[in-house]
Amino acid sequence: MSPDRRDGPESVSAPSIPDGPESVPSKPEGLQAPNTRLDRAPTSGADLDGLPARILELGEELRREGVKVGTSEMLDAFEVLGEISWTSQDDFREALAATLAKSQEDRRVFELVFDRFFFRAVEIAAAREGVREEDRASLEELSDEQLEDLRAQIAAALRDGSEGAMRDLARMAIAAFAHRQEGSGVIGVDVQRIRRALGLRAEPQPELPQGDPRRDGLPRDALRRFEALLRRELERAQIERTGNLPPSRPLGELDRALPSGPLADLAAVHRVVAQLRRRLATQGMQNRGHRHHAHVDVRRTMRASLQTGGVPVVLKYRPRRPKRPEIYVLCDVSTSVTSASVFFLSVLHALHDTFRKMRSFVFIERISEVTDIFEHERNFRKVSEQISSDAGVADISGYTDYGRVWSEFLVQVEDDLHPRATVIVLGDARTNGRDPRADIFAQIAARAGRTFWLNPEPRLYWNYGDSVIAAYEEFCTAFECWTTAQLEDFVRALTRPVIAAAG
Amino acid sequence: MSVPPSSAPAPLADAPASVADVAAGLRSVGYLPGESTALVSFLATRLGKPVLVEGPAGVGKTELAKALASYLGRELVRLQCYEGLDEAKALYEWNYRKQLLRIQAEASDTGWDAVQEDIFGEEFLLARPLMTAIASEQPVVLLIDEIDKTDQEFEAMLLEVLSDFQISIPELGRVESRTHPIVLLTSNNSRELTEALKRRCLYLWLDYPALEHELEIVRLHTPELSETVARRLVEVIGMVRALDLKKPPSIAESIDWARALLLLGVKEIDTDTFMETMSVIVKHRTDMDVVADRVGLKLSAPADVA
Repeated sequence: MSPDRRDGPESVSAPSIPDGPESVPSKPEGLQAPNTRLDRAPTSGADLDGLPARILELGEELRREGVKVGTSEMLDAFEVLGEISWTSQDDFREALAATLAKSQEDRRVFELVFDRFFFRAVEIAAAREGVREEDRASLEELSDEQLEDLRAQIAAALRDGSEGAMRDLARMAIAAFAHRQEGSGVIGVDVQRIRRALGLRAEPQPELPQGDPRRDGLPRDALRRFEALLRRELERAQIERTGNLPPSRPLGELDRALPSGPLADLAAVHRVVAQLRRRLATQGMQNRGHRHHAHVDVRRTMRASLQTGGVPVVLKYRPRRPKRPEIYVLCDVSTSVTSASVFFLSVLHALHDTFRKMRSFVFIERISEVTDIFEHERNFRKVSEQISSDAGVADISGYTDYGRVWSEFLVQVEDDLHPRATVIVLGDARTNGRDPRADIFAQIAARAGRTFWLNPEPRLYWNYGDSVIAAYEEFCTAFECWTTAQLEDFVRALTRPVIAAAG
Repeated sequence: MSVPPSSAPAPLADAPASVADVAAGLRSVGYLPGESTALVSFLATRLGKPVLVEGPAGVGKTELAKALASYLGRELVRLQCYEGLDEAKALYEWNYRKQLLRIQAEASDTGWDAVQEDIFGEEFLLARPLMTAIASEQPVVLLIDEIDKTDQEFEAMLLEVLSDFQISIPELGRVESRTHPIVLLTSNNSRELTEALKRRCLYLWLDYPALEHELEIVRLHTPELSETVARRLVEVIGMVRALDLKKPPSIAESIDWARALLLLGVKEIDTDTFMETMSVIVKHRTDMDVVADRVGLKLSAPADVA
């Protein structure tokens, strides 16, 4: 999946430290974990051996990876460890996970850190005690038939996804190839070499004979797991050879990200937009202008009147039921936002999925309503094709003309805009030197209840060159937004101004 | 070796002794827990900490609470969350009608002070789910369902209840829990919950079960269905879930489908049966097209999987 990440220079073994386990205790930099432990808690050194110290270290390591582990979580972790047996690895791991990792993302980081942490802890202990595996060298060189046999076995194990078999086979594969090839010294390279030599690929390989599990391609995640096992075994061998731990690296973005694809991204946008709907429905400005229609809640008024001896002094009103919000979305599809347009369109797509009363427009030089396209077509790919082919945005020069867009928009929706409406603009506010006509935009913002601007450019570039976002920002709230996480920030920020106004 | 001093309450009186006990107990009431589910349930009963259960819709989050309640022989108190849920609906409310009647019945010959003291007694309190759970004589299982549907303010109010198991009523004083309820909060992950709430809970992520596990669940609920059909059914469900759908089929829907197939006396799941009964597991117009396209065709192909 990400071979390049694994080829970091750190995985090259530290050359200066002499071999042999006896040298390890004198080299604190190799023994990173125990060393940091002593630095952090110097007061109770005697107690710091054993499990509590390890758990605290694990907590530290999780914090370093951005998991929010508070003291109360650590206390909980100790508490649960008092309740379960420590002999089952699964129970042990699950119990710690239940207390330390409190979201799916955290859980993923936890798994990675847990594996790495205890792998390292075991290895360093083994290196210190001088425990070595003897059987590795005793494997004899395999003949070609045996090798072919091994290939088939590995492919079958990957197809079935059996973890135990994969682990054993990984060791055999390493041993087999250790005889044939010189190790490159870089673990990531060796992993890929072995994988290639075994002919393991996710893509179908039709040239292989019928019945070979590799013919239809192997499951991608099994392949990734197998690579991880290879890597782990190679690391183990390296640690054994050098009697020294390579320094631990922080997790890369690729490691920690949940497996995702374009569809998963679209799903994530949909999920965020569903939150957006809830926020808009319950906390929007749509209550404006409804104060006069408040209905007296007889029940609660009577109840309140008890305090005044049955005389209804204080009137209680029925809570106002939130009305469905109405949304107007304007989406820039010009070339300057090409990189963000897929994201924008998926936001539009998700918005249409969620809101009934919604009209959407795309614009470049002029504006074009695309509400119908979204309503008639569910498939995201087809929608984007249709928009790019026949949305009719009068793409003469290919340059955005915001002034013209505003005036056309205002003409089209003038009568429909009201305080319950929310206007969202997706664009980079680059006018190509044309008049921004912020005055018309101000009219739009004044008529609509709330106006937001989502800008796909980093805030750093705002108002540089022909970007005129500052002119518009006076009348709306602008957000930097080109990832799902930022979209989520935007949704979260939606509540703030309302709370401020209410308080 | 010294473990930091723990403020853990003593294990609940009826707490099970081991994880295996919990797993067996949940099984005995018709819920097949995964490994982590059994473990976290066990920890919840031992430590008396609330459990936050997250996962996609229809993986048995609510069922878990019901199963726990019936396994432990406790009453289940359920608080269904929704937008705009407030304290009056969740905690307590004064029964104003009764208060009114009381005033009218006694107004003529009693002084104001006596009446006032009278009408704010426990007799006039309408206990809502949280209050019921806390004031109950018998230990209960409290299920706070779909906590992500409420607003953050409500979450903040919950904190007090969840950490101290007590409720303050201005007119009455403090109501403290007599027994320790087991609290389960469920969330569909549609909103990020606050850190403060998460910190007080154990975390359990429930996902769609693995194939074998789901097969076991289906077999448990429809023992009459033949093994081969059940296996095929679970495989098809797995295929459907792998697609990008608006609403992937839940475990409950697999069971419904199994029952439907049983009623129809189906011996084998082929394209026709699938098309006819698909509506049991797929409930969106657009999803149906996708599923018919992808899975329906696959079924018609000769079974080269075997």
